[in-house]
Amino acid sequence: MNSNYKKIMSKRSEIMKKSVGIDYSVFEYGKISFDYEKMMKETGYTLKEMQAIQGEAGVGNTPLLELRNLTKLARKLAPSGKGARIFIKDEASNPSGSFKARRGVNAVYHAKKLGYKGVIAATSGNYGAAVASQAAMLGLKCIIVQECYDSKGRGQPEIVEKARKCEAYGAEVLQLTVGPELFYIFLKLLDETNYFNASLYTPFGIAGVETLGYELAMQFREKEGKDPDVVVCTNAGGGNLTGTARGLIKANATKTQIVGASVNLKGLHMASDTDFNKKSFTTGHTGFGIPFATWPDRSDVPRSAARPLRYMDRYVLVNQGEVFYMTEALAQIEGLERGPAGNTALAAAFSLAQEMSEDEAIVVQETEYTGAGKHIGAQLSFAIENGCKVFYGDPKDEVVGENIILPSHPSLIKTRDIDLNKLRKSYIKNCMEMNNIGEITKADIQFLIDDCRAGNDRILNILRELKIKII
Amino acid sequence: MIVKKGTWVRVHDIVLTVKERVDNLPKDTQNLPLEMWTKGILLDDAKLGDRAKIRTITGREIYAKLIEVNPYYDHDYGKHVPQLMKIGEQLRILLAGGDLDEL
Repeated sequence: MNSNYKKIMSKRSEIMKKSVGIDYSVFEYGKISFDYEKMMKETGYTLKEMQAIQGEAGVGNTPLLELRNLTKLARKLAPSGKGARIFIKDEASNPSGSFKARRGVNAVYHAKKLGYKGVIAATSGNYGAAVASQAAMLGLKCIIVQECYDSKGRGQPEIVEKARKCEAYGAEVLQLTVGPELFYIFLKLLDETNYFNASLYTPFGIAGVETLGYELAMQFREKEGKDPDVVVCTNAGGGNLTGTARGLIKANATKTQIVGASVNLKGLHMASDTDFNKKSFTTGHTGFGIPFATWPDRSDVPRSAARPLRYMDRYVLVNQGEVFYMTEALAQIEGLERGPAGNTALAAAFSLAQEMSEDEAIVVQETEYTGAGKHIGAQLSFAIENGCKVFYGDPKDEVVGENIILPSHPSLIKTRDIDLNKLRKSYIKNCMEMNNIGEITKADIQFLIDDCRAGNDRILNILRELKIKII
Repeated sequence: MIVKKGTWVRVHDIVLTVKERVDNLPKDTQNLPLEMWTKGILLDDAKLGDRAKIRTITGREIYAKLIEVNPYYDHDYGKHVPQLMKIGEQLRILLAGGDLDEL
């Protein structure tokens, strides 16, 4: 082991504290718990403050569009009387082209307020562009660390495009090959520069997304005079879903069902050099969605403010071919060229709408910009170059890394449900293993009830199954 | 090839050798070094392929292998994908009230 690696990793907590400005330990109690709401309240921003900060940066107030042709198509495929109206929040109209601007602006604003000279973010996705764009606006320096290339030096085209975009905003982009040691490079840079850790998972980052949920509720009420029945969020690290759900709650839209949707990448190992370029989605997929739901604190801060299990009513999967088909459909019959990764929730919504009645409404809460590298054409070409077969068929037969099956008929687009109880159990197991303990306190049980969004009996059952003692 | 001081360049470095990598990586990754690329202004004349010092856009100084001069992006919209062509037509026929066999 590299001695510098050991030295940096041993300074982990110290570097974190210095670079985020939050002492997470003050919120912790029991064996595994922490006061989530207190953390959000004391270290985040109020909705009003966030709206003002984002308004000044030109972030937010994105249009809410009704997808009339997709609704018509869904109704044609659904049983009689079914087929909810489908709406989409066009987050691509944010300054850096995605909802991540909402997270980026808060992080950079906070960094500036605390007097940091620059910001660093570890991200291969739209968040890098968001942080870089906001850093340009507020005059801070910016470094983005990406996992970008395989060992043959082949970059995932979407990540290469993100590097270009970050550089266009004046950021330094440091690109790496595949591996979790990206975290070491990230810590080393924080230590070297004394910049702010613009983590995706701080309370202010997540609070930045609350405006999305709030805005969505307000716009929907203005248009329709009621709350949406379902909001679908593309789910990766959980921040999009968490922030949106919190915003909806703040708007008092408490009856709206929150559905998470991820692209199924089952079978690909996220730390595998060979698997790295076999995926056609760099985010919104199960490689992030499942591990972050079952252990949110794996992120780059000690206590993640993104806690999807706390807010999710349902979690569904779609396959790569289904999202590509819907991306093409969005362009061809709705005139919106977006994504593809951001269209994961759209593919899910198209299927879910067919389960709902005609007088209901389902809202897809984001779009993202498209462009060279990101575009469906770039991703499918790259997949074909990597030996992946692309053809029409039934998307449920898709084998990730081997083929991408475009549905031969839109009626074949069908979400698959993930059992939330299994995720809850896995989360509780991780709570024990990561803390290296076999028992918890009574206070921890309430924390688990809140953090898993489950009843007392369900949690007690899981604890019994896992043979966890309560002291 | 000698690259002049002040040129915008791209550098490459091994940040962790195979032996220095963490344990428990998938087998393929475990046998590979962790590599890094970044860009900056060359601080002294240097030969392409040699190690050289650069200053990045944020002002950090890095000593690494000089691999590219005036680096640029060439990612694009991909090649024509014939498999995508039929989706629009299928959807328009369905919307117009027609029924279409599977593609």
